[in-house]
Amino acid sequence: MSTTGGNVIEISGLRKEFAVGRGRRRRTVRALDDVSLSVADGSCLAVVGESGSGKTTLARVLVGLERADAGDVVLAGRPVAQRPRRAERRSRARDIQMVFQDPNGSLNRRRTVEAAIREVLAAHHRVTGADARRRVDELLDQVGLRPAHARALPGELSGGQQQRVAIARALAAEPRVLVLDEAVAALDVSVQAQVLNLLAEIRRARRLTYLFITHDLSVVRQVSEEVVVMRQGRIVERGSTSEVLDHPRHPYTVLLRDSAPRPGWRPRLSNGSDLAEVET
Amino acid sequence: MSAETLARPAARRRGGDLAERLGPLGIAAAVVIALITLAALCAPLITSHDPAVGSVIERYQSPGAEHLLGTDQSGRDLLARLLYGARTSLLGAAVVVLLAGGGATLLALVAAWFGRHVDAFLGRVLDLLFAFPNLLLAILAVAVFRTGLAQVTIALAIAYVPYSARVLRSVALRERRLAYVQAAELQGLSGAVVSLRHILPNIAPQILTGAAINFGYAMIDLAALSFLGLGVQPPTADWGLMVSQGKDSLLQGHPQQSMYAGVCIVVAVAAFSVIGERLGGRKAGGRA
Ligand SMILES: Nc1ncnc2c1ncn2[C@@H]1O[C@H](COP(=O)(O)OP(=O)(O)OP(=O)(O)O)[C@@H](O)[C@H]1O
Ligand SMILES: [Mg+2]
Repeated sequence: MSTTGGNVIEISGLRKEFAVGRGRRRRTVRALDDVSLSVADGSCLAVVGESGSGKTTLARVLVGLERADAGDVVLAGRPVAQRPRRAERRSRARDIQMVFQDPNGSLNRRRTVEAAIREVLAAHHRVTGADARRRVDELLDQVGLRPAHARALPGELSGGQQQRVAIARALAAEPRVLVLDEAVAALDVSVQAQVLNLLAEIRRARRLTYLFITHDLSVVRQVSEEVVVMRQGRIVERGSTSEVLDHPRHPYTVLLRDSAPRPGWRPRLSNGSDLAEVET
Repeated sequence: MSAETLARPAARRRGGDLAERLGPLGIAAAVVIALITLAALCAPLITSHDPAVGSVIERYQSPGAEHLLGTDQSGRDLLARLLYGARTSLLGAAVVVLLAGGGATLLALVAAWFGRHVDAFLGRVLDLLFAFPNLLLAILAVAVFRTGLAQVTIALAIAYVPYSARVLRSVALRERRLAYVQAAELQGLSGAVVSLRHILPNIAPQILTGAAINFGYAMIDLAALSFLGLGVQPPTADWGLMVSQGKDSLLQGHPQQSMYAGVCIVVAVAAFSVIGERLGGRKAGGRA
C-alpha cells in the first residue's frame, strides 16, 4: 500500500490546550494552535522552535499519546481517531514510532536491551523465541551495537548507546514513519554526528519518513530538506531548509537563527558593538 | 564500551548494594528478625511445653530446668508462650503488611495509569481514610463485626493503605511520565501489562521499604488491640496478650510475663524500623 509520491502524514487544523495551575491561577496554555502540515513519503521534515513551542505536543498527538482538541490526522492514507482505543494504537504503532526526548528515561532501567526490543517484536509481529533473538541482533547491528549489548541494562550503556537502543526499539515495529523528538539533543557533538549519520543511513536503507524535532538549527541543515518553524504552538514559517535558514522571512526565524551560537559567533553587547573590541 | 564490562552479573551487584545500604546496624536488625522468625517456626523443637496448657500448682515458678523462663499465673510455660506468641504476632503483622502493601500498590498503579479524574477520586478516598486513626478504625471494625484476629487484621490493613498509597502513588506517577512507559503505551500494550511489567518493578524498592516500616507499626497496633482484648483471644499465645495478662501478676510482684513479652515486642519493632529506615534512606519514625 505504498503511496509513493503521496503524503504519509497529513495534519490539518490541529489544536491542543493544556490547563495549567489551580484555582485562580488556572489558565490555559495553547500548545498547538491551528497546526497543519504534510510530509511526503520518504522525506524528512524538521520541526524547529524554542522550548515550549509545542514540538513535543505535536509529536505526541501524532503518535496517539495525546488527544488533540480539534483537527485531523491522516497517517498513511488512514484518518486516525483522536481518542485511540488500544487496538487502534497498536495498529498505528506499526505505521509510526517515536524516539523520545529524554534519553535516560526512554529505557526501563530494570530490563535488558534485548527485553526492550523483544517486547516490540512480540507486540507487532508476533516474533518470539529464536527468531526474535536473531532479529534483536540484526536490529542492534543496524544501529551500530554489538550482540553483547543485548544483555546489558540501560545503566551500563552510555547516552549515545541508549539512544541507539531506543532507535532499534522503534525500528523493531518496522514503521514507515519515525518521529525523532530531540533525538540527539542530549548527546555531545561527536556522538551527535555519529547518530545523525546513522539515522540518515537507516532512512535511506529503509525508505523511512522522518519527522525530526529539534531546537538546533545546525542539526536541521544536516538532516532535512524541509523545515517548519514553530512558535507558541503555531507554524510561523515553512519551506526548504536552505530557503528558510538562509533567507528567513519571519522575524522569529531570523531571531532564532541569529541567536544560535555557531562558528565565528561572538558575544555582542546590547549597543551592538562587539564585546571583543570593547575589551581590547 | 567493551563487551567485557557488560558481562557483570547484575544480581551480584544488587546483593552488594543491599548489604551496603543496610549497614552494620541494618544487618544486625536483619539477623534479629531472622532469629525471631526461626524461633517461631521451630517452636515445637525448642520446647516441648504446650503454650495453652498449664497446671495451677505450677503457677509463678521461677526460671529453672523444667521451665527455662518460669511460668505464668496459670502455670503455663513462659518460653513456650513467647515462642508460639511470636507466630501469632509475626503472622498477624505479616498479613496486615501484605494486604496493606498489595492494596496500596494497586491503588497507586491505577491512580498513576489513569491519572486525572481517577487519580483525584482515589486521592479523596485516601484522605477520608487518613481522617480515621488506625486503632479507631480497627475498634470500629470490631464493634461492627466481631472481636478476633481476622477482623482487626483486615481493619488495620485498610487503615494502613493510605500511608503506603500516598508514597507509592507519587513514585508511580513519576515513572508513568518517563519515556519508557510512554514507549510501551505507544505500542498499544494494555494498562495492566505496562503497569505490572514496567512500573511495578521500578517502584518495588519503595514497596519493600514501606512494608518493613509498616511491619513494626502493625506489630505495635496488633499488640495494643490484643492488650485491649479486641484482637487475639485467650488462651492463644500472643505477645500483646501476654503483656495484658501479665498486668495482674505485675501488681503481685511477678513482672516476668509482661516484661519478656514487652521486650520481644520492642526488639522486633525496632529491628523492622531499622531495616525500613535503611532501605528507605530516611529517619525512623517517618511513615511509608
Ligand atoms: N502535560 C502537560 N500539561 C500541561 N502543560 C503542558 C503539558 N505538556 C506540554 N505542556 C505545555 O505546552 C507547551 C508546549 O510544550 P511542548 O513540550 O510541546 O514544548 P516543546 O516545544 O517540546 O519544548 P522543549 O523544546 O522544551 O521540549 C508548553 O508551554 C508546556 O508547558
Ligand atoms: Mg519537547
